[in-house]
Amino acid sequence: MSILDSKIPEGPLADKWTKHKNTINLVNPANKRNIDIIVVGTGLAGGSAAASLAELGYNVKTFCYSDSPRRAHSIAAQGGINAAKNYQGDGDSSYRLFYDTVKGGDYRSREANVHRLAEVSGNIIDQCVAQGVPFARDYGGLLDNRSFGGVLVSRTFYAKGQTGQQLLLGAYSAMNRQINRGKIQPFNRHEMLDLVKVDGKARGIIARNLVTGEIERHSAHAVVLASGGYGNVFFLSTNAMGSNVMAAWRAHRRGAFFANPCYTQIHPTCIPVSGDHQSKLTLMSESLRNDGRIWVPKRKEDAEAIRAGKLKPTQLSEEERDYYLERRYPAFGNLVPRDVASRAAKERCDAGFGVNKTGEAVYLDFASAIQRYGNEKALTSGIHNPSKEEITRLGEEVVESKYGNLFQMYEKIVDENPYKTPMMIYPAVHYTMGGLWVDYNLQTTVPGCYAAGEANFSDHGANRLGASALMQGLADGYFVLPYTIGDYLSEDIRTGKIPTDTPEFDQAEKEVTDRIQKLMSGSGQHSVDFYHKKLGKIMWNKCGMSRNEQGLKEAIDEIAALREDFWKNVKVPGTPSGMNPELEKAGRVADFLELGELFAKDALHRNESCGGHFREESVEQEGLQKGEALRDDINFKYVAAWEYKGEPKDAQLHKEELVFENIELKTRSYK
Amino acid sequence: MNLTLKIWRQSDAKSQGKIVDYPISGIEGDMSFLEMLDVLNEELINKGEEPVVFDHDCREGICGACSLQINGEPHGPDRLVTTCQLHMRKFNDGDTIYIEPFRAKAFPVVKDLMVDRSSFDRIQHAGGYISVNTSGNTQDANAIPIRKENADDAMDAATCIGCGACVAACKNASAMLFTSAKVSQYALLPQGQVEATERVLAMVNQMDQEGFGNCTNTGACEIECPKGISLENIARMNREYLKASLKG
Amino acid sequence: MSGLIKSSIARKVAMALSGLFLVFFLLQHFSINLTSIFSKDTFNELSHFMGTNPLVQFVLQPVLIFGVVFHFVTGFALEMKNKNARAVKYAKYNGGANASWMSRNMIYSGLVILAFLGLHFYDFWVPEIVHKYVEFAPEDPTRYYGELLHKFESPVRTGFYVISFVFLALHLWHGFASSFQSVGFNNKYSVAATKFAKAFAVVIPAGFIIVALVLHFTH
Repeated sequence: MSILDSKIPEGPLADKWTKHKNTINLVNPANKRNIDIIVVGTGLAGGSAAASLAELGYNVKTFCYSDSPRRAHSIAAQGGINAAKNYQGDGDSSYRLFYDTVKGGDYRSREANVHRLAEVSGNIIDQCVAQGVPFARDYGGLLDNRSFGGVLVSRTFYAKGQTGQQLLLGAYSAMNRQINRGKIQPFNRHEMLDLVKVDGKARGIIARNLVTGEIERHSAHAVVLASGGYGNVFFLSTNAMGSNVMAAWRAHRRGAFFANPCYTQIHPTCIPVSGDHQSKLTLMSESLRNDGRIWVPKRKEDAEAIRAGKLKPTQLSEEERDYYLERRYPAFGNLVPRDVASRAAKERCDAGFGVNKTGEAVYLDFASAIQRYGNEKALTSGIHNPSKEEITRLGEEVVESKYGNLFQMYEKIVDENPYKTPMMIYPAVHYTMGGLWVDYNLQTTVPGCYAAGEANFSDHGANRLGASALMQGLADGYFVLPYTIGDYLSEDIRTGKIPTDTPEFDQAEKEVTDRIQKLMSGSGQHSVDFYHKKLGKIMWNKCGMSRNEQGLKEAIDEIAALREDFWKNVKVPGTPSGMNPELEKAGRVADFLELGELFAKDALHRNESCGGHFREESVEQEGLQKGEALRDDINFKYVAAWEYKGEPKDAQLHKEELVFENIELKTRSYK
Repeated sequence: MNLTLKIWRQSDAKSQGKIVDYPISGIEGDMSFLEMLDVLNEELINKGEEPVVFDHDCREGICGACSLQINGEPHGPDRLVTTCQLHMRKFNDGDTIYIEPFRAKAFPVVKDLMVDRSSFDRIQHAGGYISVNTSGNTQDANAIPIRKENADDAMDAATCIGCGACVAACKNASAMLFTSAKVSQYALLPQGQVEATERVLAMVNQMDQEGFGNCTNTGACEIECPKGISLENIARMNREYLKASLKG
Repeated sequence: MSGLIKSSIARKVAMALSGLFLVFFLLQHFSINLTSIFSKDTFNELSHFMGTNPLVQFVLQPVLIFGVVFHFVTGFALEMKNKNARAVKYAKYNGGANASWMSRNMIYSGLVILAFLGLHFYDFWVPEIVHKYVEFAPEDPTRYYGELLHKFESPVRTGFYVISFVFLALHLWHGFASSFQSVGFNNKYSVAATKFAKAFAVVIPAGFIIVALVLHFTH
């Protein structure tokens, strides 16, 4: 029997959450006023949790490294948010959303959690509309939907290409209301540097005021970590520059198990790397694959000529192009799930067919969509015998109305007109499904320490479907945590304020200041970015879109060596007092250097291909699926939760077996 | 590309600052403006000097963290972009580029090019919300149909990223475009009507207390806004405010 | 209600309303001036009416003076507050990139107009007041035209007059149209209203200038 208790309630799947809410303990309103909660991170999960908990009456302190909670990276989500509203009457239901999410996650998520997510998804939309989130509407004044990859219904709500921004501003407005009431105390430009445990329970954090450099102690009866994902371990990703794993990793070092670190989502449609100076990658919405066709030249000579600038893509005829997704996956074509599309692009580029200077890009071509829309438009506008130019013009107008802002963004960055020449795209690290292990109540293995949103591992299995991250963040924060945390806090009504002048806080603060001292006293050979970029290269080459045993073993050794070198030779200018972004980065990279190793170790042990984790040793050997990912449900149908034991390589594996009572496990096929 | 950068350096809020010259070479057109500063900082660190501090985060034009007054304009000479989306191909070899923090009494300098924009947050704390609890037990999302036109206008106002370019561009350092975008978003939606009076009074009052200047309708904010927030929002807020003052 | 007096928006609206009032006055003033180049008698008649009608003299005149003083004092106070809102100036500020010269320099065009008003008072208003209420000189309903011609004899004074009205045009170019925005008028009619205001800003000061030049060169 594993030491992990997922605390999934008994009973039929559809009744679990209702029954659980009915039976857990509550804290009466008067007592809530005596209870403090710390929320680290103010994105969708943290912002919504903070607002809801304060609304209930708890005293909430929020922490974020930005100058305002509104800048958390949830803001960058473009496409939309899923909810099983069935407004379109196309057969959607909580069950279908649940099913799609489990299947999309390649059967590596917990049924009960996902079903709860699907159940509350509708409430999220109600809540957000009530808050004044301006979702897109149709001419009848009702909410509009669009479809996303991997599903058969239209259930994605959106606000132009800025859905994440609008939802975050909604959560932030809910926070504002509580800040105005004095129920939330916001600590902006603060970074959590450690979790403080008293008698085995999470009772506070040590944080650094990033403006003054002061180390502060904050106590609470419970700590919620909603600090996002760790995609920046790759250096280049679609994450914000400041996105980091520190809060989660500090909790991990204090006893919270880290689950499935190797599950990473590599998004297929990002703007390719243009040079060594590149600091981050920009995502182009998945919705582009509805109309764009992905291709590379059929002949290697043509690819080489294009790379050398001697040939233009528009000069190649249809016969000279390889629409490899349409070729390999005739059923889904360009709309295969993210992991499949990404791997296919990498396969072509590795084989020498890449089309930009570095050979790491494929084309996303809208020429045929422009012609198709142009013809349609000419027909509906009553234009007979339109000229070729006219069709192109009309088609471009239609494409502009659908994707104008994305095309403009592309043109600003790449300086090429995507209406006239195909876009170049390449996969990039986007989202991390892994994270802190949590039970059904979102509590980590440290009592009183909760994890919500991308920071936990629970709902997306090995691969996340588009428009589901926003749904999960808000579900956790608005509708799950406010209930489940009360169950735990009901035992704390007589505890009283947690003092911060205790040996536990002394010790934690000392460790934090010692660590800062150590970071500041490197020999000063290389900048923090130097190490971060090196780590990113190792991760991308050996723990990226496809992984193999040898590469992963090398990665473990290389990362350990790099970490050692980092602690000896890193250069952090300035002083620890006052604003020092290099010091902030150094602390974050130090944690990435540990997480990266655990990541590789997890990837090495999981000798199967599932979702975002593709092991070259585990592929279908024959039949229609030959060469595709091969999942191993007999040996790996579990959550890998790692316990910290000093060095990442010594981490101890704990398994939570996944039980599928409601869904039959199948091979994902997109042929 | 070889450039001369004239950068404002100031060690903290209390210190005096000054413009310092930094020659920089090997800049490529494909670099973003912030990547160019990354290059400079890497050089400074390797020389043992303190790197230039500036706010930035998402680097895709949506978080609103990056600021910078570049050659006298917020977010530089390009339109409808933030500094992180400004590319060096907009500059020429041999150019001199002034890089200063967004300047306003209500945006005190934290360090170098980083400013404290918490005044914006306080304006939003004052009334930038609809008082609905977060139980999810609200009415169904489709219970109130909203004219598409109003929903779209509300969305256009809501795209504000709170970067502060409007204040930085305005000769009066006025925060009217920012505040009005927020007021407009709610004023255009039926959900926002109930508290409309209190909201606009509270937000404008907070805006005044923060020490921003007055609007004189120069329109600089609209031109420099990376998200194209329209001056119509200011007119709408003026209306809302007058209405509310007469009522309240 | 206190917001109606103290808030930044209230002050902005006050600027707009007092400005609109002055625009209206300007139109009325111009109409009378214009008659001077067509009909000496009409001009004298109208001037006599304005100069002796008690409603004009003891109600409208004080309101107008209050309007001018209010517009100036509020404008000056706003300018001070606005200067204060940016304590440390930019080393490089490219204001021309995003706003017109007129909109950025209302205080200067306004000061030129104020200086002109000083001269104008000295030229016309002070002698009038002295004439009527200090010396109690006998009223001659035909004296106005002659006085007018006399003032436009000097090329220096006429030149200054012309320059002042150029500045008035610049001031109105931004101020008139912008007052609509200040009072919250921004809708589908705004484009037309703005065009009208800009046309007004050019035509009326140009008219004043033409009247001055005609009187200067034809007599």
